[in-house]
Amino acid sequence: MSEAKTLTKKDFKPDQDVKWCPGCGDYAILNAVQAACANIGTSKENVVFVSGIGCSSRFPYYMDTYGFHTIHGRAPAFATGIKASNPDLTVWLVTGDGDGLSIGGNHLAHVLRRNVDINVLLFNNEIYGLTKGQYSPTSPRGRRTKTSPMGSVDRPFNPVSFALGCNATFVARTIDTHIKHMTDVLEAAAAHKGTSFVEIYQNCVIFNDGAFDDISEKSVRDDKTIDLRAGEKLVYGKEHDKGIAMRGFDPQIVSAADADVWDPTRESSAAAFTMSALDQDPKMPSPIGIFRSVETTTFDADMSAQIAQAVQQKGEGQIKDLIYAGETWEVR
Amino acid sequence: MTKTQEPGAELPLQQQDSVVVRFAGDSGDGMQITGGQFTSTSAAVGNDLATLPDFPAEIRAPAGTRAGVSGFQLCFSSKDIHTPGDRPDALVAMNPAALVVNIKDLKPGGILVINTGAFNDKEYKKAKMADPYTDGTFEGYRLIEVDINKRVAEALEGSPLKPKDVQRCKNFYTLGLMYWLYSRPMQPTEEFLNKKFAKKPELAEANIKAMRAGFNAGDIHQMFQARYQVAKCTELPAGTYRNIMGNEAVALGLTVGAKLCGVKPFLGSYPITPASTILEAMAAQKHHDVMTFQAEDEIAAICSAIGASFAGRLGITTTSGPGLALKTEAMGLAVMTELPLVIVDVQRGGPSTGLPTKTEQADLLQAVFGRNGEAPIPVIAVSTVADAFDCAIEACRIATQYMTPVLLLTDGYIANGSEPWRLPKLEDLPDLKVNFRTEPEGFLPYSRDDKGARPWVKPGTPGMQHRIGGLEKAHLTGDVCYDAENHEFMIHARQEKVMNVRETIKTPEVHGDKDAELLMLGWGSTYGPIADACEMIRGKGHKVARMHLRHVWPLPKGLDEIFSRYKAVLIPEMNMGQLARILRSEYPSQNFLSYSKVQGQPFHSSELAEKAISVLEN
Ligand SMILES: Cc1ncc(C[n+]2csc(CCOP(=O)(O)OP(=O)(O)O)c2C)c(N)n1
Ligand code: SF4
Ligand SMILES: [Mg+2]
Repeated sequence: MSEAKTLTKKDFKPDQDVKWCPGCGDYAILNAVQAACANIGTSKENVVFVSGIGCSSRFPYYMDTYGFHTIHGRAPAFATGIKASNPDLTVWLVTGDGDGLSIGGNHLAHVLRRNVDINVLLFNNEIYGLTKGQYSPTSPRGRRTKTSPMGSVDRPFNPVSFALGCNATFVARTIDTHIKHMTDVLEAAAAHKGTSFVEIYQNCVIFNDGAFDDISEKSVRDDKTIDLRAGEKLVYGKEHDKGIAMRGFDPQIVSAADADVWDPTRESSAAAFTMSALDQDPKMPSPIGIFRSVETTTFDADMSAQIAQAVQQKGEGQIKDLIYAGETWEVR
Repeated sequence: MTKTQEPGAELPLQQQDSVVVRFAGDSGDGMQITGGQFTSTSAAVGNDLATLPDFPAEIRAPAGTRAGVSGFQLCFSSKDIHTPGDRPDALVAMNPAALVVNIKDLKPGGILVINTGAFNDKEYKKAKMADPYTDGTFEGYRLIEVDINKRVAEALEGSPLKPKDVQRCKNFYTLGLMYWLYSRPMQPTEEFLNKKFAKKPELAEANIKAMRAGFNAGDIHQMFQARYQVAKCTELPAGTYRNIMGNEAVALGLTVGAKLCGVKPFLGSYPITPASTILEAMAAQKHHDVMTFQAEDEIAAICSAIGASFAGRLGITTTSGPGLALKTEAMGLAVMTELPLVIVDVQRGGPSTGLPTKTEQADLLQAVFGRNGEAPIPVIAVSTVADAFDCAIEACRIATQYMTPVLLLTDGYIANGSEPWRLPKLEDLPDLKVNFRTEPEGFLPYSRDDKGARPWVKPGTPGMQHRIGGLEKAHLTGDVCYDAENHEFMIHARQEKVMNVRETIKTPEVHGDKDAELLMLGWGSTYGPIADACEMIRGKGHKVARMHLRHVWPLPKGLDEIFSRYKAVLIPEMNMGQLARILRSEYPSQNFLSYSKVQGQPFHSSELAEKAISVLEN
């Protein structure tokens, strides 16, 4: 990597107009990502933003880095090819709930299981924004949209459970309106070696406004969310008085003193999975923060290592070895 | 060793120019390996050859059924040949199903070797056939009856192998017998077996013993009227040769092509018959800095390859028709982002899953036109096994020099067929070095060089950050642009760039009679059958010319003038006339006659000759 001079958030803004609707949650995320990039201290030329299609997927145009706005749902495959081809690049992938979990669900699953060293940001607004308001695979049952006038009958995905099910090595959730939290999570995601998956609750002011208000409004947030912090107790509430005890697979609300300590580095993802389903019970707070963070080998490093190993074992292949191989004979 | 000591030396030794042999048996009988060995040995003795493996889509259909029959035909010759032959001179049928499926192809008077050990009522029932001894099936052939089951058991008496494993050596017994019949040495196969079973010497020994027993079966030899010899081929141009299969040649050509461009190849692929062996071959080329990625599906495969090209490797993706259909949208993105990419389509019988193991040429229109929007892509078609190598390099050249996806069409016949390949001299390989742009001064992502190609810039290059994508690009800056006039300008710019490829390709040569009134025109794997057919036609006193297209899009210059020299242009295709359709719209004043065959099998030269002659006589 070339020597990075200290860059600021502003250095990552290109000279392009941002074209999201005024008030869209995407603006806050863009800001946070630009700040995170500056804080991490990467040089702009070594960063690539890859995306699919959707409002969220316009993201690469708004970063003064290399960028690839690809096709609907397939960004994980592009990112895999980019990262494997040049592991020195820092690759971010921006996707939406439709892009990543509907048309691209297959690719997202595979990039997560392969543990390609990229950062995946899934902007979840529980709606198809760019196509103007149809229900998505994360829309809750009963959500009325243009294509579900009587309410959606689909059972939704929980993106965090999905990622954990794919054996993702880093899984987190944050909220577009919770700037500080979002910046911390993004920086942790960037620091992780392997696929980092971050679900971001994002408000679509036009087609699904207020979808997360019941947990993200400042007035209720502390009581309605619980932040998962490595090595810290599972405590929440305005007064920091409530806690969660895991009790196997039946988490309970307890007093702060009786709360369990959260450990996202466990090899098994069972606790994280249990945690990801916590708010299926409406009494429970919605978990945000880091569900899982485990280290293992990455796909891109393994791909390069095999090539290096083959070169070491067989010597650097030459064109001649390819052509003049096997049994040859002469015709005079 | 003098000839008289050879087994069966009392039989007359007949010289033949060319022989066509077909081995047929159950999928479990090892016919592909038998055919493969006969091929390698024939290559080693210096024959020209061409092969046609023909196997079922099922891995192991129930034993003894027609569905499970696997065949391998080869032609070996002292002459320069182009096809594996229309009809075999000799057929080996290891079981009744193999007989019933293949007998109609055997030449009248041909040699028919059957394994009588498998000819009984039970087997006839499995093959749903009458007793061939009672219905005249054998009439008109030189029937050689050998109880190979029993012979192998006898030959391997005292072997440590279980009786079941002894029976698995049947194919090598048969191979030995055919080696004797056609005066081939056993030594290359002995070496092959010793190497293959290095860890299980008892298997190597058993198979070698079985083969020698077949070779030395004096009493069987008496059943033949003669023994045959096919001399070394001296018609081939001088040079160093090796025997190669089509997919292997593609894999080599892609890697060599990328190396000549000075870029490392990245193959993103998803297994599909008959393309998978390209992925397998390239996965074994890691020490050449070849990166292969078995993706989760064909879409991910092409997308990963496009990502790799964006990052500075040469993206490649290999597939067959159903996979090509899935890649359609991503090909459009590669057109829009103007990145180099090589897409290989090994065509098979369609539509849908169709005939996975059989050959066809019915993806041409999909290749040339099958995308949304105006999305021109150069299309190259491989004509022979050896040509696959050159075409793969050509695809790499066009992709990198014109910053465009390129489609390379081959088919199942080429993929699995093999023939001697004259190895190119290293100094004759073209220099295709790519220049990545690293100069930020004045950099515009969608500026164009004189060929119409935009600059290729690797992420990681300082000062040149830019964004690409599938939305329409503004000329020069590459910014997203919805402007009406710009869109039309860019449509034309992309089209012209692809048309510019014509400046660097040759008008194909015309072979045959200068004053012919009929031109036979082909593309892809019909090359061999057409070449042979033209010889036959001329042998019968008619005049004919032939021409073959490598570049099917854009079409090379000069074709209109060539076509105008003939009263008619006859186009044989293993589809419903797709090239003819394209040519009719490109050259509306010419007289194109389509000759279509869509049976999953290559043309026979004789049927092409007949068709041409009927055209000439009418
Ligand atoms: C192949 C294909 N199918 C459909 C579309 C139309 N389309 C564009 S974006 C989109 C949904 C986007 O939803 P989401 O990923 O949630 O992104 P958001 O706009 O909400 O950020 C759809 C269906 C397309 N562009 N391509
Ligand atoms: S439609 Fe919704 S998601 Fe899309 S830009 Fe507007 S507010 Fe944002
Ligand atoms: Mg959405």
